[in-house]
Amino acid sequence: MGTAHVRKLANLILSLSLWAVAPLGHAEEQVHLYNWNDYFAEDTLETFEAGTGIRPVLDLYDANEILEAKLLAGSSGYDLIFPTARPFAARHIRAELYLPLDKSQLPGLERLDPTIMASLAEIDPDNAHLVPYMWGTSGLGINRGKVREILGDQVPLDTWALVFDPQIAAKLAGCGIALLDDPTEVFSAALAYLGKDPNSLERADLDAAAELIKAIHPYIRYFHSSQYISDLANGDLCLAHGYSGDVLQAQERAAEADKGVEVIYRIPREGAAMWTDVMAIPRDAPNPEAAHAFIAHLLQPAVIAAVSDYVYYANPNLAATPLVDAALRDDPGIYPPAEVKARLFVPNQRSDRQIRDLNRRWTRLKANH
Amino acid sequence: MPAPQDNPPVRRQRLSRVVNIGLPYLWLGVFFLLPLLIVLQISVAEPRLGQPPYTPLWEWLESGVLQIQVNLQNFMLVWEDSIYLIAFLNSLWVALVCTLLCLLIGYPMAYAIATAPQRWRIPLLMLVILPFWTSFLIRVYAWIGILKTNGLLNHLLLALGVIDTPLNILHTQTAVYVGVVYSYLPFMILPLYANLSRLDPTLLEAAADLGCRPLRAFVRVTLPLSLAGIVAGSMLVFIPVVGEFVIPDLLGGPETLMVGKLLWTEFFGNKDWPLAAALAIVLLGLLVVPFVLMQRLERRMEETS
Repeated sequence: MGTAHVRKLANLILSLSLWAVAPLGHAEEQVHLYNWNDYFAEDTLETFEAGTGIRPVLDLYDANEILEAKLLAGSSGYDLIFPTARPFAARHIRAELYLPLDKSQLPGLERLDPTIMASLAEIDPDNAHLVPYMWGTSGLGINRGKVREILGDQVPLDTWALVFDPQIAAKLAGCGIALLDDPTEVFSAALAYLGKDPNSLERADLDAAAELIKAIHPYIRYFHSSQYISDLANGDLCLAHGYSGDVLQAQERAAEADKGVEVIYRIPREGAAMWTDVMAIPRDAPNPEAAHAFIAHLLQPAVIAAVSDYVYYANPNLAATPLVDAALRDDPGIYPPAEVKARLFVPNQRSDRQIRDLNRRWTRLKANH
Repeated sequence: MPAPQDNPPVRRQRLSRVVNIGLPYLWLGVFFLLPLLIVLQISVAEPRLGQPPYTPLWEWLESGVLQIQVNLQNFMLVWEDSIYLIAFLNSLWVALVCTLLCLLIGYPMAYAIATAPQRWRIPLLMLVILPFWTSFLIRVYAWIGILKTNGLLNHLLLALGVIDTPLNILHTQTAVYVGVVYSYLPFMILPLYANLSRLDPTLLEAAADLGCRPLRAFVRVTLPLSLAGIVAGSMLVFIPVVGEFVIPDLLGGPETLMVGKLLWTEFFGNKDWPLAAALAIVLLGLLVVPFVLMQRLERRMEETS
């Protein structure tokens, strides 16, 4: 093969690879976002593109684990991701998977709730890597009509007893109880019901919680972390241990369907887990500048308030609270009053070994072996 | 007289033979052997927090010494913790039951298509293949709508007065059987059809002429001759069902413990890639056994015929 041929081939390969990097031939700046499904307002991306000229490319996941697997495998190609702070973002920081933020590019950080920032600083010293996006709780989604019909009007609904008291659970089993497929969530709920430290890793406490879960196991229809949304809305379930925003979505869908199903969300009086989803830039992000621009976009009170209105989760931006739809702002399930907020707890840090032990215990427990 | 290896046509022939034989091997090497070796390598590593989330197999130490670390603990854990054994057994059981069900349903269908008038065969085959045009995931989701408590099946049975209270089928092992048999039935029908349609009909005529009743002729003639199709169809169903993840995840309940789901938990939930890889290797080992048995059966059939 002559050198001319080689040069021609090299040129062809070069132009092909350039074409692959910049599709359609023109150099258009992009930011690759990897977010939960249904976790932006309908116009969040449009307003960003209109304001900055950077084209957002959105990819979706429905579990932290999927995001984590891609991140650990390396070169995910994403510029901005939205993991849950604990335990996910916490261990990503320990594994040095994130780029430290350039706070000079993030005006408006000071408007974020100082208590949430302080809580995040426990896993992210100086808040160097994470910006909170949304927060919520995991509590109980209840089909009010059916549960009242079965239990009567006297039984309180804001209690884990609905799930963990075998006598009550037995009554509700017929119309369906679902639990989250997440050992940390279910164990801490069981521990809260037992009046123990929900974060306890003591063997005796975990054994007691496992016994409790075993006792109510026959009354659980399934363990799943998202299926309950449609099942609650359709009336296929009476009770679900679920995330606040998901249950409120079910509430909205049930109201739209107008088939007499009324879904309510309750934070149990024994205490409930509070979670925060954060924004972070992977260390190998192709365009960290654009990722900063996107975070800055979401730090604007009006933008983030619109997201809250759409996803039914509270945002940590104090300046945005007055802009959020009053129905949401006054909903104790979304913006809980101070005395309820005091009963919320955040999951503690756990070692990989502790998490694996808990997960394997969980697999065994679910399968009843 | 030139030596034969200097003869250009012979050399070209040899080259083409090398390419012809080499290409499939290259393909197998790159897309089968190499991934398998990577999985094997991960299975003897240790999990760690980082990118990638497992320790390397070999490392050049600063002193210039090559250090190789092999960790067999993952295989020990798979062996020691009964949950994995139970999951393997349960997966094999589900696969076995579903293969038999597919055979029971698929054989008559394949037979009917193979013996149908010529102009009907293609449309009938199309009906078998048609569901593939929709995403597998969507079809499994559709079964949720059919089987759930407020679903189509319960509404139908209630309306017909067959049952008084809705059946709880979704999220049980039964739902998994339904989903698997539905999804894998074409894999049973197609090889059986290919086999049955090539059977020589004069053999059955001869059997009839010699006074053999149809049922007996089927058992003595058709069934033995279609054994290769039965084996091929059964393998196509059995092997993927053992590692099935989507169907047990969507349709199964808490008690459906299958290897596919355990793999998911280990890989995603525990970030324990090495243990997940060890599970996959053990699963592969378990599946090689029926495969070897099938080959032996085929060889014996070739010898007898």
